Amino acid sequence: MLGKEEIAKRIAKEVKDKYFVNLGIGIPTLVANYVRTDISVEFQSENGVLGMGPFPFEGEEDADVINAGKQTITTLPGASFFDSAFSFGMIRSQKVDLTILGAMEVAENGDIANWKIPGKMVKGMGGAMDLVASAENIIVAMMHVNKAGESKILKRCTLPLTGVGCVKKVVTELAVLEITPKGFKLLERAPGVTVEHIVASTEADLIIEGEIPEMVIN
Amino acid sequence: MINKKVNSVTEALQGIEDNMTIMLGGFGLCGIPENSIAELVKKETTGLTCISNNAGVDDFGLGLLLQKRQIKKMISSYVGENAEFERQMLSGELDVELTPQGTLAEKCRAAQAGIPAFFTPAGYGTEVAEGKESREFNGKMHVMELAYKADFSIVKAWKGDEAGNLIFKGTARNFNACMAGAAKITIAEVEELLPVGSLDPNQIHIPGIMVQRIFKGEKFEKRIEQRTVRKKS
Repeated sequence: MLGKEEIAKRIAKEVKDKYFVNLGIGIPTLVANYVRTDISVEFQSENGVLGMGPFPFEGEEDADVINAGKQTITTLPGASFFDSAFSFGMIRSQKVDLTILGAMEVAENGDIANWKIPGKMVKGMGGAMDLVASAENIIVAMMHVNKAGESKILKRCTLPLTGVGCVKKVVTELAVLEITPKGFKLLERAPGVTVEHIVASTEADLIIEGEIPEMVIN
Repeated sequence: MINKKVNSVTEALQGIEDNMTIMLGGFGLCGIPENSIAELVKKETTGLTCISNNAGVDDFGLGLLLQKRQIKKMISSYVGENAEFERQMLSGELDVELTPQGTLAEKCRAAQAGIPAFFTPAGYGTEVAEGKESREFNGKMHVMELAYKADFSIVKAWKGDEAGNLIFKGTARNFNACMAGAAKITIAEVEELLPVGSLDPNQIHIPGIMVQRIFKGEKFEKRIEQRTVRKKS
């Protein structure tokens, strides 16, 4: 079973040379730490920055330079700032190649829910609805089951939707799943986790073809 | 040159009355018009509808107006990090319209640009699209969204001149640049207010025609919401 850092490490392998990437809050933010250093990648944050760098050194934080998680950041050479309307313009016009975000539920038709639990928790969708409606390549980083052990990989989402038919791939503590026109396809399993364990932890049906390899995480 | 300078925040906020709709720039606590918010608390204006991406934190930003129950309705995209907000919303004391962030930005920009409505794919198939016109363009479904209508827009900039020209710094540009000129009257509070001719016209982010009143903020606390750092090795 993977920890959060390892989920981020596995997702980092999906980040390719010359990609512009938007990272959501939580596990997705950690992905930046594990992207290969021999490729050129630029990170976009939807509040209005392209070319995000690592966190600043202590004492060098600037309240006017933050990411969409409201964390203090730095910029790399070649970076740019812009307003929020322009920022979502580049997202809608698909200049951003890959969006990585978290979810509460994902369904086999590619639907995602991550912004509201009616009557309990309403934090808002932030930029997630715009991102999932526009991005061509969306990877979700999430926990396979909730604290009660119930599957969050479902036939149909039960919570209010963030977007419809948009998720392409899901990486959880147990598995890597691809969303195909026929539903979830099991691509990889976490080290030491059996296919039976994954099937038992998944409410949706899984397409399983041949031997399922273990994820390679380094 | 048409001079937009006013001498105090009190003068700048004249005409803001109970039950008005106000746009406020900022993302989280970054680039919020702190001096104007403090003045609104002092003025005790109530029944406000506020269009702002976030609602501040419990003791800063729009959280200060929420504490005093001055806000009737919030139009935002993300309101986490504010316990009092969540309490008022779940108890029904506060009316909340949650809007996707890119849609919120574009509804401001549309108002600024004189466009009454536009289509966006964001929110299609979700509760955000309920009751709105949907149309297919290029094989994809889109939702029609309307430009905001607001009485006042309050933005914060880094530098400004007496003609109302504005320059922002870093990610504090965020919604400030989308909201300038998006309401009947735009008020800009700036860190540095310079005489005309001091700013290079090539570097202006928002031309002065979008701003009706400009003043120098007395102090900027610029509170950081998530202080994330790395150690020097």
